[in-house]
Amino acid sequence: MTAKGSTLVKEVRQETDATVVVLSGEVDMHQSPALHAALVDVANGRPKRLVLNMTDVGYMDSSGVGTLVELLRRVNGYKGKLALVNLSARVKSVFEITKLDKFFSIYLTEEQALNG
Amino acid sequence: MTITGSTDSLPVVRSALARMAELEGMAAEDIHKITLAVDEALANVIKHGYGGPCDKPIHIKLEGFDEPDGRGGIRVEVRDHGRQVDPHTIKGRDLDDVRPGGLGVHIMRTVMDKVEFSCPIDGGMHLEMVKYRDGGARKPGDAGARTT
Repeated sequence: MTAKGSTLVKEVRQETDATVVVLSGEVDMHQSPALHAALVDVANGRPKRLVLNMTDVGYMDSSGVGTLVELLRRVNGYKGKLALVNLSARVKSVFEITKLDKFFSIYLTEEQALNG
Repeated sequence: MTITGSTDSLPVVRSALARMAELEGMAAEDIHKITLAVDEALANVIKHGYGGPCDKPIHIKLEGFDEPDGRGGIRVEVRDHGRQVDPHTIKGRDLDDVRPGGLGVHIMRTVMDKVEFSCPIDGGMHLEMVKYRDGGARKPGDAGARTT
């Protein structure tokens, strides 16, 4: 599985000291397994900073949140940093309901995430 | 509506429920909460009730209602033919434990006003969820229940 193996992954871009993954679409139980595999593939490259641009993610359920929790554990495991960018109010609400928002670094813009 | 226990049905159900809830006068944020709760319920049926994606049916009934006291909203019923579980044991997990999985029931109970599981005598599980309309106000000219 490569990062492009998930239809939700629209772009994987290398920046200085960071890898940016642009996601688009709805993250649910149907999409999460492929997204999980794609993000693990990116994390296996051990980027110092992994930035997920979620501007175009309109929906996320608990399977999506679980996918990102698993990714966070993986990135923390090699002392990297995971940053989430531009969550919609609805997506952010799922993190808040599950009280997981406090464990993630959430930024308004990609620039802030790259410099944060 | 009836779907199979296949995850690729989930976006279709979300779209249909969102439209139905909109027609029932639900606020946009409540429509998101209803679709999220039903999505989590269906995911639980597929994962735990049926042990994975399959062709077994899941029945979903959505009904707009107005109570005599003027409160109104949406009632959703989900009926499956999977493994039965004692309703009293269906609880959200401890959120201090940061790990994937087990969040669906917590989400359902948080975003809906009523979540009630039961075990029908002919097998499977029945789930009833209710979301009241903002302020519980009746829609002008409406009365009683409307099944969609």
